[in-house]
Amino acid sequence: MNVVVCAKQIPDPSSPQSLDPETGFLVREGKLILDDSDAYGVEMGLRLAEESGGGEVTLVSMAPGGEVSGLRTALAMGAAKAILVSDDALKGSDALSTAKVLAKAVERANPDLVIAATESTDGYTGTMPVQMAELLGMPSVTFAKKVTVEGDKVRVERQTEAGYDEVECTLPVVVTVTAGVVEPRYPSFKGIMAAKSKPVDQLSIADLGFEPSEVGAAGARQQVTSVVDAESRQAGEVVVDEGDAHERVLAFLEQIKVI
Amino acid sequence: MSIERVWVLAEAGEAGPVSSVLELLTKARSMAPVVEAIAWGPASSSHASVLGSYGAGAVYDVGDLGDALPGVPVSAAIAGLIEAGERPDVILVPATYDGRDVAGRLSARLDRPVVTNVVDLEVEGDEVRSKHGIFGGAQVATACLTAERPWIFVVRAKSFSAEDAGGPPAEVRQASLGESVAASIARTNAAKVLARHAEERSGPKLDEATVVVSGGRGLGSGESYAMIEELAKLLDGAPGASRAIVDAGWVPYAYQVGQTGKTVKPTVYIACGISGATQHLVGMKGSKNIVAINKDQDAPIFSVADLGIVGDVHKVLPKLIEALKARS
Ligand SMILES: Cc1cc2nc3c(=O)[nH]c(=O)nc-3n(C[C@H](O)[C@H](O)[C@H](O)COP(=O)(O)OP(=O)(O)OC[C@H]3O[C@@H](n4cnc5c(N)ncnc54)[C@H](O)[C@@H]3O)c2cc1C
Ligand SMILES: Nc1ncnc2c1ncn2[C@@H]1O[C@H](COP(=O)(O)O)[C@@H](O)[C@H]1O
Repeated sequence: MNVVVCAKQIPDPSSPQSLDPETGFLVREGKLILDDSDAYGVEMGLRLAEESGGGEVTLVSMAPGGEVSGLRTALAMGAAKAILVSDDALKGSDALSTAKVLAKAVERANPDLVIAATESTDGYTGTMPVQMAELLGMPSVTFAKKVTVEGDKVRVERQTEAGYDEVECTLPVVVTVTAGVVEPRYPSFKGIMAAKSKPVDQLSIADLGFEPSEVGAAGARQQVTSVVDAESRQAGEVVVDEGDAHERVLAFLEQIKVI
Repeated sequence: MSIERVWVLAEAGEAGPVSSVLELLTKARSMAPVVEAIAWGPASSSHASVLGSYGAGAVYDVGDLGDALPGVPVSAAIAGLIEAGERPDVILVPATYDGRDVAGRLSARLDRPVVTNVVDLEVEGDEVRSKHGIFGGAQVATACLTAERPWIFVVRAKSFSAEDAGGPPAEVRQASLGESVAASIARTNAAKVLARHAEERSGPKLDEATVVVSGGRGLGSGESYAMIEELAKLLDGAPGASRAIVDAGWVPYAYQVGQTGKTVKPTVYIACGISGATQHLVGMKGSKNIVAINKDQDAPIFSVADLGIVGDVHKVLPKLIEALKARS
């Protein structure tokens, strides 16, 4: 089984993020890392490929500046190879432009199953995988909290308001997985060494048949007019518990007439 | 070209349209003179009176989808209406599981961008300005679409309050798929729901409760969540959770509050052993009052708490529970 896993490479979320005040684009500086959300997808893909006997995982990523550090992490986990789309013209891409580009890249890997995360850590639009599925002409099952493959069918437990649905679909299909779906493995030393020589196929938009006007900021067709800090609340009183803090809570609940 | 016509994706559960739909209809009324809804499901036509009451003049009924997921057929039906000459300026979509699927599919089908995580909308002349949270909700960006219409917005729950306008029942119009559309989506629509499972929970619903008591990783173990449930029960509230403990499997996903979970605005939110990551805050910082119990005095949750207790949940919660029991 050919499994393609979308692997977004993002700035380390623990370092502060900002938008360029001029362009309104996300400032991406320094090394990018594999989005945690996608580490679950990579793990899921590896397990399903292993279980199917003789399958492999191909990563697909769109990132600026030929960035591969996040991909190397996923390759070290066990993915076989990667396709990276990197092009200056992609700056400012929205979810739909990203989907157009990644759909073309995914097609090249001839997948039986495409895995993405329900939402990325930095962009979290959560629509990219479904847009991509539509462009690929594939069905999609989002919010998967359990995924199994039997023969040419995938079975998914899909989160719902009430609980979950059991969904079945014939391959090929795009599945988006939630955080916690599986426990991502840590790359072994051997894996890290092996990752260094695994193939990363780097493509430009021209390689995929796009004009600059179709993608990036031009393709996004939206303008960010301002960015401000979200309304913040005033911090109230902070009390250190000396064994009687529960009384303060009770008094507060009484004051707001909850009890 | 001013904003004349707004469509609202009217997802419904067993009890009728979900609350976000009523919020969006209320907002839509202030945006344009014509407000219409798109509905599906076995009972979709029967929702015409409540949809009308909140402002929909008409409801396009896609009909019963059987065991299909809504993303593909509903987006195809909407695209079909537009191809047939209907001209909505704006399509408002609730940020639900199915809502996001429909919006994503529709966006690709119509080749229109979609703006997600929207928390506010404003019509300014011929433009619609949307505000959406970025960086986990720490900042708010204002954006304006320059693409051709319809403009698609996926709006977070509780961004607007729902107000009944007492309108007459919406006129029901068929928007059924038709054979050619059904054939064209046969492949993409291949996912089938085999069974639906409801995770039972008693007491008030998380997103409607006036008191929410949430637990996080600071509880230390799944067993300790019993304290959260007991406290919630004593206060007639609903228990909630951070994503960390949902991922850890301590509680079902339906308990999650935040960016990917529920948005809650109770009279009081009590956060126990929760650090206060932006993705959690975005789902609860609209609460009227916030109480936080955390042993780390630098935990970000304290920056939004009206009352912060620097302490151990294993010490504070049992005493609080005993004291409440003694009162009742
Ligand atoms: C795309 C994306 C979406 C996300 N969506 C959500 C979401 O919807 N909801 C959500 O909650 N998170 C979400 N997150 C995750 C979020 O970033 C945090 O990881 C998560 O909220 C942390 O949960 P926590 O506060 O329980 O755990 P931690 O951050 O580990 O905090 C535990 C806290 O407990 C305190 N503590 C420890 N022991 C005790 C004790 N004995 N007594 C008192 N306090 C104690 C610690 O001081 C600490 O502050 C999302 C993340 C991403 C990337
Ligand atoms: N640039 C990208 N490269 C690879 N995968 C991506 C990219 N953008 C989005 N994805 C995938 O789509 C998911 C949802 O992204 P988003 O729409 O940004 O929330 C991500 O978690 C990834 O799995």
